[in-house]
Amino acid sequence: MHSEKASVWLKIAAWGGLVFLHFPIFIIALYAFNTEESAFSFPPPGLTTKWFAVAFSRADVLDSILLSLQIACIATVIAMILGTLAAAALYRRNFFGKESITLMLILPIALPGIITGLALLSAFKTLDVSPGVMTIVIGHATFCVVIVYNNVVARFRRTSHSLIEASMDLGADGWQTFRYIILPNLGTAMLAGGMLAFALSFDELIVTTFTAGHEKPLPIWLLNQLTRPRDVPVTNVVALMVMLVTMIPVLLAYLLTKGGEDVAGSGK
Amino acid sequence: MNAAADMNAAPRRSLLGRFSDFLYRRPTFYLLLLLVPPLLWFGAVYIASLLSLLWQSFYTFDDFTMLVSHTLTLANYAQLFQPANFDIIVRTLTMALAVSLFSALIAFPVAYYMARYATGRTKAFFYIAVMLPMWTSYIVKAYAWTLLLAKEGVTSWFIHLLGLDAVLEFLLGIPGIGGNTLSTSNIGRFFVFTYIWLPFMILPIQAALERLPPSLLQASSDLGANPWRTFRHVIFPLAIPGIAAGSIFTFSLTLGDYIVPQLVGPPGLFLGNMVYVQQGAIGNMPMAAAFTLVPIVLIAVYLSIVKRLGAFDAL
Amino acid sequence: MTTVVEFSNVSRHYGEVRAVDRVSLEIAEGEFFSMLGPSGSGKTTCLRLIAGFEQLSEGRVIIEGRDATGLPPYKRNVNTVFQDYALFPHMNVLDNIAYGLMVKGVGKKERRSRAEEALAMVALSDYASRKPAQLSGGQRQRIALARALVNRPKVLLLDEPLGALDLKLREQMQSELKSLQRRLGITFIFVTHDQTEALSMSDRVAVFNKGRIEQMDSPRNLYNRPSTAFVAEFVGTANVIGGALSERLSRAGKSFALRPEYVSVNGADTSGDIRMGGTVRDVQYQGANTRYEIELEGGAVINASEANAFHGNDSGPRAGQQVSVSWHSDAMVELQGGASL
Repeated sequence: MHSEKASVWLKIAAWGGLVFLHFPIFIIALYAFNTEESAFSFPPPGLTTKWFAVAFSRADVLDSILLSLQIACIATVIAMILGTLAAAALYRRNFFGKESITLMLILPIALPGIITGLALLSAFKTLDVSPGVMTIVIGHATFCVVIVYNNVVARFRRTSHSLIEASMDLGADGWQTFRYIILPNLGTAMLAGGMLAFALSFDELIVTTFTAGHEKPLPIWLLNQLTRPRDVPVTNVVALMVMLVTMIPVLLAYLLTKGGEDVAGSGK
Repeated sequence: MNAAADMNAAPRRSLLGRFSDFLYRRPTFYLLLLLVPPLLWFGAVYIASLLSLLWQSFYTFDDFTMLVSHTLTLANYAQLFQPANFDIIVRTLTMALAVSLFSALIAFPVAYYMARYATGRTKAFFYIAVMLPMWTSYIVKAYAWTLLLAKEGVTSWFIHLLGLDAVLEFLLGIPGIGGNTLSTSNIGRFFVFTYIWLPFMILPIQAALERLPPSLLQASSDLGANPWRTFRHVIFPLAIPGIAAGSIFTFSLTLGDYIVPQLVGPPGLFLGNMVYVQQGAIGNMPMAAAFTLVPIVLIAVYLSIVKRLGAFDAL
Repeated sequence: MTTVVEFSNVSRHYGEVRAVDRVSLEIAEGEFFSMLGPSGSGKTTCLRLIAGFEQLSEGRVIIEGRDATGLPPYKRNVNTVFQDYALFPHMNVLDNIAYGLMVKGVGKKERRSRAEEALAMVALSDYASRKPAQLSGGQRQRIALARALVNRPKVLLLDEPLGALDLKLREQMQSELKSLQRRLGITFIFVTHDQTEALSMSDRVAVFNKGRIEQMDSPRNLYNRPSTAFVAEFVGTANVIGGALSERLSRAGKSFALRPEYVSVNGADTSGDIRMGGTVRDVQYQGANTRYEIELEGGAVINASEANAFHGNDSGPRAGQQVSVSWHSDAMVELQGGASL
């Protein structure tokens, strides 16, 4: 047996896999500094930081960034409230219909985004709701709930129920127990869930295309740039920025839940 | 705590306290109180939307006036089986299956190394290194590949450097998967899909392998199995639930995608594009709605298959 | 003496299962009361009914003369030491202890001094600013005790608090708990499945089986006068004599408990008025004692336990050997529920 040493081939395959995952990301970072204006030739003829200044002076770019941040923040808050409530209700007790409720929470990310998107669009049309920021937020909040739910429910399960009993035993009523015991223990899990929800909402494209109407959050702005390849350098810079903005909350979420298995397999 | 705060806190606490007492005595009411907001949201927003979509798939679309009437019909579903539409279904399904299979192939060594050999910092590094691309913006990842596959772009530069032009020519010459350039070929599209969904395959496999106790492997080698047999008869069967769980994501996400087929690969619509075009450019919401039922049915069938492989325990 | 906790006909059902089945008991003020029984016997459920974590299905629980039915845990003047200690992981030791005072609105200064006092009582004053995760099992146990006692409860409930400790520490904690209880004069209600623990610490013990109390008595009476076969066998070890053997002793239809140490092998003790022959089936050397399993003429098997004297060699009977056994008829305690064996 290959004892506790990995064979050379396995090492190559494993590290090769990582390189495959990160090479395109590296290319995005590289091209953001490309001096060339309208082509993708490799290697880039020269490097510059001037496109960052150009990108940040463009009103449409700034508007899109602000819009996306706004949407992600509202959607995250809604998802944190709904996801935490659902986790508190579902983590312990068994009751009729519990499985269906869990399935319902997962469905928006388990089904392809196009279904969620079209369903929402058809409903908005039927109700004569004109698409805009609020419709985007509604869509995002719906598929972000499960992210928060997964994180919080995992923490609930790892937190001994006797802590809650101990608190009440010592004279704390339900509200005090929530405030002094449950919330501090749940806090980091909620925050981690919120971070991931934020990252997911910030760059979600598929559902957004159906619910955005004339609004142009960042992913849609990027998509439009791709199908109409004008100002390539600005696009490159924005792509890099989007990537960085999503990486930070994901890393924070990882640090907040380190030691647990909360983040793994929590889906999209 | 100062006196003023105490005076403010006292009445509020007693009210909340009384409310807590009330909830404590009625646990079912408390449960209901917790569940009502998420249920209301999901019921009113999500389930209602899905049902309205399903309902609209029975509406009639008039090809001449381009208007939707509320007359109920099964015509949209009948149309799905027209050869042109059927082609779209087969094309998408084939791609989804190919992508699932190939990403499992690439993901396995990464997951296996992570679970069995990497420890401490290396493991944390691998974990973050898989998680970050997973959460990286979908559109940015797709965009990165348009850069990679572009004419005179990174890929062709590397292929040229390694002297593999002949191999590329050969691959592009194969009918069905080839094309004029990488960015307009099925093989290019296939690589993009695999890349984008790969992390969703790695993590479930890793989790499944992680649960495999080392004593089991020692037992197998103790019983005289050589490494290959240990792998085939012990490790691989136990990794199958993980692979199946990962494939739910790769399969479902590929099936519903409509951005990548727009950006990379030959002409010819995918299911997602069809839905998008019907709804958007044509305004035929009933037909678009009927088309969304195809991935739902395919995924339901797929789920029932992988459920038998233990995928749900590995999710 | 005043009664602090009273159960009258208390039941707790989970669907068809009766976890607690028509239990009645009275616990006096200042008493060290143990609930002893195997897992699933209903003892922990009884404790949780007193604490208020469970609501009863039938009957009444009266605490300090007040009907506690429907009263939430935070409105009861009882505190609990949990099996897993349930220390709040995000608070340091002092904050853990002061928690009960804090939620009741006790001022900061008093809170601190009372918590420090409680910490000193369990001899852990140096650990005030540690987090629970930085403590050993025994230390956590003491903190849990201090956290409960700082509230000066009328009744302290202890749910197998020593279960997770190793033997030496457990014995030490047993005597500490006992002396603490005497000093404070608080009623202790102690749940355990360890009969030695229950016997050595308690004023009275209730033996639980299948949701009911089999016997409630002083440790001495429980051991010497078990009323049922279950009690006889759960508290210490016992020979339960019945059936054919009872008949041979001309006590047909009745059953008796007989402690192995009252059975004498080969006439070492001559006071016994019942004498029988038998064959040694098995010999177990147990340090202080030697246990013999003897098959009596006529088929019944009886256990005998002899204290090991200082011989320097083992001269007792061996397996397969013929022996005579004897015991005093007064050592046989008649059990309720007729013949078994």
